Amino acid sequence: MNTVFKKSAPGREGVWPVKPEKAAADLLPAGLLRQKTAGLPSLSELDVVRHFTQLSRRNYGVDGNFYPLGSCTMKYNPKFTETVAALPGFTRLHPVLPQLKGAGRLCQGALEVMYETEQLLCEICGMKAFTLHPMAGAHGELTGVMIIAAYHKDKGNRKTKIIVPDSAHGTNPASAAIAGFEVVNLPSKDGIVDPDELAKVLDDQVAGMMMTCPNTLGLFEKNLPRIVEMLRGVDALLYYDGANLNAILGKMRVGDAGFDVVHLNLHKTFATPHGGGGPGAGPVGVSEKLVPFLPISRVEKLEDGQFFLNYDFPKSIGYVAPFYGNFGVVLKAYAYILRLGREGLVRATEAAVLAANYLRKRLDSVLEVPYDRVCMHEFVASACRQAASSCHVRALDIAKALLDRGYHAPTIYFPLIVKEALMFEPTETESLETLEQFADDLLDILKKAEADPDYAIGAPRTLPVTRLDETRAARGMELTDDL
Amino acid sequence: MPYVPHTPEDIRRMLDVIGAPSVASLFDEIGPEMRPKSFDLPAGRSEMDVLAHLEGLARRNATGHVSFLGAGFYDHHIPAAVDALSMRSEFYTAYTPYQPEASQGTLQAIFEYQTAVTRLTGLAYANASVYDGGAALFEAAMMAVRHTGRRKLVVCEAVSPIYRVMLGSYTANLNLELVTIGHKDGCCDLAGLTAAIDADTAAVIVQNPNFFGTLSDFATLFAAARAAGVVSVLSVYPVLQSVLKSPGEMGANIAVAEGQSLGLPLSFGGPYLGIMTCDKELVRQMPGRMVGRTVDTQGRTGYVLTLQAREQHIRRQKATSNICSNQALCALRALMHLCLLGQEGLTRTAEICIERAHYAAERLTAIAGVKLLSGGAPFGNEFAVTLPVNAYAAIDRLTARGYVPGFPLGRYYAGLENALLVACTEKTSNEQIGILAEMLRGMLI
Repeated sequence: MNTVFKKSAPGREGVWPVKPEKAAADLLPAGLLRQKTAGLPSLSELDVVRHFTQLSRRNYGVDGNFYPLGSCTMKYNPKFTETVAALPGFTRLHPVLPQLKGAGRLCQGALEVMYETEQLLCEICGMKAFTLHPMAGAHGELTGVMIIAAYHKDKGNRKTKIIVPDSAHGTNPASAAIAGFEVVNLPSKDGIVDPDELAKVLDDQVAGMMMTCPNTLGLFEKNLPRIVEMLRGVDALLYYDGANLNAILGKMRVGDAGFDVVHLNLHKTFATPHGGGGPGAGPVGVSEKLVPFLPISRVEKLEDGQFFLNYDFPKSIGYVAPFYGNFGVVLKAYAYILRLGREGLVRATEAAVLAANYLRKRLDSVLEVPYDRVCMHEFVASACRQAASSCHVRALDIAKALLDRGYHAPTIYFPLIVKEALMFEPTETESLETLEQFADDLLDILKKAEADPDYAIGAPRTLPVTRLDETRAARGMELTDDL
Repeated sequence: MPYVPHTPEDIRRMLDVIGAPSVASLFDEIGPEMRPKSFDLPAGRSEMDVLAHLEGLARRNATGHVSFLGAGFYDHHIPAAVDALSMRSEFYTAYTPYQPEASQGTLQAIFEYQTAVTRLTGLAYANASVYDGGAALFEAAMMAVRHTGRRKLVVCEAVSPIYRVMLGSYTANLNLELVTIGHKDGCCDLAGLTAAIDADTAAVIVQNPNFFGTLSDFATLFAAARAAGVVSVLSVYPVLQSVLKSPGEMGANIAVAEGQSLGLPLSFGGPYLGIMTCDKELVRQMPGRMVGRTVDTQGRTGYVLTLQAREQHIRRQKATSNICSNQALCALRALMHLCLLGQEGLTRTAEICIERAHYAAERLTAIAGVKLLSGGAPFGNEFAVTLPVNAYAAIDRLTARGYVPGFPLGRYYAGLENALLVACTEKTSNEQIGILAEMLRGMLI
């Protein structure tokens, strides 16, 4: 399919505003103006509408396809939350309004949304306070680690290291490094963190540890109480990566379990759409001793019920966002939490765990499941048997064959600690019929591939393109239509 | 239960397959000492109830005001087709294109976005976007630090103070030196910036138009930077890039921008779009996702995520950044917006904004005691005036009458308590400008 630039026909009228009376050259010195035109395309509105409609048809999304992409929580995104986020009373609001002193009265509804969302997240997680500013999960991690750094600096602790288990979420090491810490990798044992292994790397230099619970194998970290105790012994803080919070709603609260900092992925647990890779939202919650270090501003409620932004926190880590985070995403998550309520959130967690275990049992006779015990909301299988057999079908091939059947593939080759990994997260919103059909199809693919490996190795065959040459892309570096 | 389709019969059948006695038993590994001390949330509500509640909150926000607020975030008209197209669920309910064959729509759109933003900035390469303009500025600074191995950042004080405080927060633990060169009546101090560059400097960071709305040509500064091995970083306002000298033409190495003005509503601060472009020398330092063109096994053109060796899931703690997503839907909207307006539409938009701002400046400075902060310095869609009274007081008085006249520069700049930053877009009418001027005149008498 041609790029939109190739469809341009100079002179064709798009959505143009009225013609200005003066050109830029009439008002500004020539030396400040560009010599070479930018070269944006000239297209009719229908040209543009057709181009993007056709592009959209070259995509799988949750609405059209079962999308069991492990760790990413591709659950259904309720449509009414889009209606909420599109209300002009929210979309037209300029973010600097609350900075105009008295003008905070012009955005009381938006401030209330932020305040109430923070209160709900505090109760869901058992934390003392939340900030909504981080704009994605990885951004929440960075914010959380910056808070850990500020806490130790304030106490006069000299700490240089952050421990990251090998079963933790993939972005953790980079987040810790970017906040200025040395990263200590902790190997897991039987799929979870082992206190004896932890003891080997734990010392006074450790500022904190980042855990994902359940971890990326979908396993619950049952040694958690012992780990909390060990970390407290050296004044190290425990960080909860909320990538998998959807597995424990109402079953465990991270604050009660001893975590000091947590980030959430509103686009996972609280069902806001993933948008093809963003925007998400990564609010961060903290225990009482870390409240002074939260980013500014913070939304507060006066006795008369008015909301305002407080910037007066001298120990704060400062600003991680220009304003208050991805407000439009927060709105959708707030609406979702209100819609489900206490019982709905617990049921979502229970159904997600039930679905994952059902799928695990349906597949574990054919695919190797390295830690084949009760999992939480997701599980990791391995295609190592198939890869080692005469047919040499790998996880990648199975993924591609699934695309031909109209499914998005599970996450593959992650976590790194399982060879030929296939990570399945069915989510709570898929019906039993969908899960049954998916399992049947996957088993059928494996059977056909055993007889004829090319059935999987040659997949996909029914999509707009077959397998793509990634080496050529990296070497050629054609990153724009002009290169 | 909403959104959970399992019937009691389904649940029983699933438990049978699992071999578990109950759903509760699946959570047995969570010991009693880890169970919640409370989970005191409200009961669920119907869709109709929740919508009514949120509509009520939306009504508590005043959006009927005539606003001259900008400060880097502008209320432009968004073509209706942007909403209609970006709400196609094949786009917004997909995730990061890990399976390229099933994600050609997202991938080609990002590729086209990369093309569009490089054409605007005149630099060769772009990434798939980061969170916002402030995060883009920080990431650009870190690209320069990695590229040069140096630790000093020279920053113009007329760069958005919102971004400068973010830069300060992000770099607090990174052992970097931030040197801020003061503005001169809202203009960049080009001589001061040039003098501050030395052999320890990683980057010089400037903005056009700057926070005060003033325009500069940074070509000479960037040439001096290049000679000293310093990376030049320029933050721009993408709408005006249709007419203003591009970062590429000025010799910048990296150009970043807040992309909100390209098809994204103000939405109280987000989600927005961090645009990042750079020249060839720096492309391997670029953070985040990038999409490249290639071919499939049958020789057909296709698109994939590329140069992933820079990224966190491969490099772990040695990655160029911890960013593992982009603002894909925002980038898609920006691309649609640029395509719908096209070259002529974006140029007209920029020219109307500039024209209206100049008319507003003329009307406001016709009032006794109101002067342009930067004198005769050229400006684009936004300008600063000094008032004979405190700007906060003026804003308070006029806001009560339905006009938000601008942003108080005293919020970030000591000594400028009387200065007001006024922005116009194509949505600002000459009539509204006239009313603002008359209201201000009336207030100052």
